[in-house]
Amino acid sequence: MRNLWIFISRYNAFFFFIIFFTVGVVLTVRNNSYQRSVTINSTNKVVGDVYNNLNVLKKYINLGSVNDSLAVENAKLKTEILALKNIDTAKDVVVKDTAGVPQYTYLSARVIKNSITNRNNFITINRGKADGMETNMPVISPGRGVVGFVQDVSEHLATVRSLLHKDTHISVSLKRNNAVGSLVWGDRNSDYRKAYIKDIPNHFKVNLKDTVVTSGFSFFPSGIPVGTVSNTGISTGDNFMTIEINLFNDFSTLQYVYVIKNKLAKEQTELEAKLPNEQ
Amino acid sequence: MATPFVYILFLLLLPFGIPNLLLYLIAFVTGLTLDAFYDTLGVHTAACVTLVFVRILFISVTVSRDGFDEPEPTLGNMGIKWFLLYAFLCTFAHHIVLFFLETFRLTEFSYTLLKCLLSGIFTLFLVTLIEFIFYNRKVR
Repeated sequence: MRNLWIFISRYNAFFFFIIFFTVGVVLTVRNNSYQRSVTINSTNKVVGDVYNNLNVLKKYINLGSVNDSLAVENAKLKTEILALKNIDTAKDVVVKDTAGVPQYTYLSARVIKNSITNRNNFITINRGKADGMETNMPVISPGRGVVGFVQDVSEHLATVRSLLHKDTHISVSLKRNNAVGSLVWGDRNSDYRKAYIKDIPNHFKVNLKDTVVTSGFSFFPSGIPVGTVSNTGISTGDNFMTIEINLFNDFSTLQYVYVIKNKLAKEQTELEAKLPNEQ
Repeated sequence: MATPFVYILFLLLLPFGIPNLLLYLIAFVTGLTLDAFYDTLGVHTAACVTLVFVRILFISVTVSRDGFDEPEPTLGNMGIKWFLLYAFLCTFAHHIVLFFLETFRLTEFSYTLLKCLLSGIFTLFLVTLIEFIFYNRKVR
């Protein structure tokens, strides 16, 4: 401690200089507006740069929750768009009922478990009865493509019977000529990027790279793109073609899905159940 | 463009034996007084303090501590060569700090430097002139 005092007293000129000079500069900056403005501007820039770089790190840490909120917002916006598009063409009489209420609602969900290599594949998502999920609801992917149908529902989770399952069949149509067929998977292949359309009559013209969309006959809304035609020359020996398509949706990287609530689904099921069985 | 500041002569001629703290205080008060009149609070303060620091350094280097036969570093006591160097260093230290604190930025560096240089030469000239007026050559 004594050495410190000795050191300070030997170089006291320097220390005094520092003290008094600092006081002088502080007085200058505080009492002269021009110097003050320059100081504030440049310190703002330096501090701003530091905060910017800190923010990059913080943004990275928050990426997860931001992603979730963006998915929810996307679902809401898509519902609104569908509501705007859903114009009933046979309505020229104004009837006071649920006109303008969207028939389809999108619910975003995150994939918890996925499989693509089994013979029958299932996906688990993080929405359940508490969010209004029911079995047989259609599930699509946020980009393009279909995923499957809801199989079982518990309180907070649900399993989805993915397209890569031998019992899943979705009614699709070729965009070009609206020929309707059934989309299946698993009979001939185990490639998770390809699927087959069956039951399209032979007389329809099909070219490579034609777009295939949902037809609206299963519970999926119509017009959702499913894939593109990759091979048409598969002969089965009867009057119907089998077309191989490349799916838009990549099942291996599936993270978020939309579950579609169709307001009229229940009604449609009950109505069709009353039809006499045509076997 | 060139403004002389002759008051620094007062700080230059303070006696040798004065303790450092007192020297600093005097410089501080001088600077404050000038700032009050120039209405640039703080600029002259910092400049005077810098001048005193340079003075202390210079004196400790050039003059041996024990021989305080001359009480004040005037022109007559110390000789022209020493005094000129002493005044030159102190004046330019003071002026550089003064003018750069006034502009407070580095964009017009050359203009400020020119101003500082010219003012320094002017001040130096005036200081030397005054010293010659009150000159009594010490009998060595």
